[in-house]
Amino acid sequence: MAEGLTWTVYDANTMTQADIYGEVLCAIGENDPRIVGLSADLAKSTKIARFAEKFPGRFFNAGIAEQNMFGMAAGLAKSGLIPFVSTMAVFTTMRAAEQVRTDICYQNLDVKIIATHAGISFGQAGTTHHCTEDLAIMRAMANMTVISPADGIETANAVRACVDYPGPVYMRIGRGFEPSCYGEEKYGFRIGKAVEMHPGSDITAICCGITVLQAMEAARHLKETDGLSVRVINMHTLKPIDREAVLSAVHETRRIITFEDHNIYGGLGSAVAEVVASSGKACAFEIVGIPDCYSLVGYPEDLYHHYKIDMDGIVEKIRETMGKDFEEDDDWEDEV
Amino acid sequence: MPMPEFELQTLKEKARQLRTDIVDVTFWAGGAHIGGALSMVEILVILYYKFLNIDPAQPEWPQRDRVVLSKGHAGVGYAPLLARKGYFDFEMLRDFNKFKSPFGMHLDSLKVKGVDVSTGSLGHGLPLAAGLALGARVQKQTWRTYCILGDGECNEGSIWEAAMAISHYKLTRVITFVDRNKYCVDGATEAVMGVEPLADKWRAFGFDVLEVDGHSFAELEVAIQRAQQAETRPVVIIAHTLKGKGVYFMEDDVKWHYGGLDSDALARAKQSIDNMTAGKT
Repeated sequence: MAEGLTWTVYDANTMTQADIYGEVLCAIGENDPRIVGLSADLAKSTKIARFAEKFPGRFFNAGIAEQNMFGMAAGLAKSGLIPFVSTMAVFTTMRAAEQVRTDICYQNLDVKIIATHAGISFGQAGTTHHCTEDLAIMRAMANMTVISPADGIETANAVRACVDYPGPVYMRIGRGFEPSCYGEEKYGFRIGKAVEMHPGSDITAICCGITVLQAMEAARHLKETDGLSVRVINMHTLKPIDREAVLSAVHETRRIITFEDHNIYGGLGSAVAEVVASSGKACAFEIVGIPDCYSLVGYPEDLYHHYKIDMDGIVEKIRETMGKDFEEDDDWEDEV
Repeated sequence: MPMPEFELQTLKEKARQLRTDIVDVTFWAGGAHIGGALSMVEILVILYYKFLNIDPAQPEWPQRDRVVLSKGHAGVGYAPLLARKGYFDFEMLRDFNKFKSPFGMHLDSLKVKGVDVSTGSLGHGLPLAAGLALGARVQKQTWRTYCILGDGECNEGSIWEAAMAISHYKLTRVITFVDRNKYCVDGATEAVMGVEPLADKWRAFGFDVLEVDGHSFAELEVAIQRAQQAETRPVVIIAHTLKGKGVYFMEDDVKWHYGGLDSDALARAKQSIDNMTAGKT
């Protein structure tokens, strides 16, 4: 540890997505008495503690007991309130999976789950604290809306938007210091509506979460070095997915590659593939993520590099996919 | 003051009616969790005909008391009671378990009026009850939440997570029952996975424990009245019951955890229920 660099578990994440979430939730809670908060001994790490400090009568720490926490959240919602629940993604979607499904989704309750430390963003912690299965698990729960914001600004927008969005919402955010890809908040965020981050006509990179900024940088780089025109789509909502954005990409670029901080099975790539397959249109297609294994340990940046979801990896995988063949089909009118 | 004789007779008649309805619905459904439905009859009857502040004409009335049937497999014992209270037409229960019926063996709060929360997966009800009680507190409401657990269900870790939370947050407006009928599916609770000393466990989690004969309205009445007076320590009422109570060939027999009846068995079951109510057994 370098001299002068002393930190504690409580402030390691200064100004992360979670920080912004904590601030926004306080602002919403100020005007909306329906908002209550829950955590399971991770209020400080998930930043919902800001809300707890401001509204102590509306925050409940469940202790290290996630199953009870999600059951209590369902009970609070049944009483007419809107609980925001925060713990790590891994404990949300696996330790308490059945409570999320049976107590919350089955009863279609207004519980908003903001799960932190998603993907391999807590890389140093090892597999017990990684979560590369959450998107797959949450997508399979009926009534659930699934969101993976690209940065802190989008997290703020998504947290605000989900308050009045009906039914349960699962939002996964990271842990680290991911830089912003948006310059300002007013870019027209809407749940279920993808955002084109970079225009392009040769290939489309469909991304969510931390890969969005990396793909934007890759697109700029490939423009300069290879003269490639790479469209980058931020698919911040995985469910309901923006089918139109996917179909336009198939139609207009004929090559699609997806990038996610998640297992290659069941997440963003699968969601996009479902749309592409049902369109009946051929296109070159590739899914990049954690290749069905438990991630290595390491700092997130090193892991993102290793699994080819940082800028370098994205450049490499896009070049590969440009070389892939697919069956041409010139007649679009009969199928789309 | 002991329960007046007239009231006792009224409740006994409601219990007879509910047991008869349970065997009828089991007959119509082709099979049901009949043993654990029969064991909890007096608990449900005294709640719905004496204690609950509810209005069946307004199932969503915000100030109503809530009921969480955490042992949700006993839905066959709950749905007929809700019908008799006027939440829906009793004849609808003829479709129990059938294609597109609102009534499956575990009742769905979005389909069955009067059901406050969907249950069926064991260990979920007490956390839900804790959340309801916290919700009442946040909204400065005084309604109560009554939660009925199975005894085998107390194997589930989430029950004890919720017990810890109810005690920690002093949620005395949750009144918890354990239907201690001594059996789960595979056999006696103490043979499969012992829950005893059950009262000591609840005490260790910060509860006041009242143990009663779960088929005695007089004892249940006193216990519920005491539980309603709780100020700092929440109360659990361990109701000692008989699985299959009222049907002589089901009583205390683990195989009647789940079963179906033909018309002959149905008739014998009803006769048994009538005999028990008349004090002939």
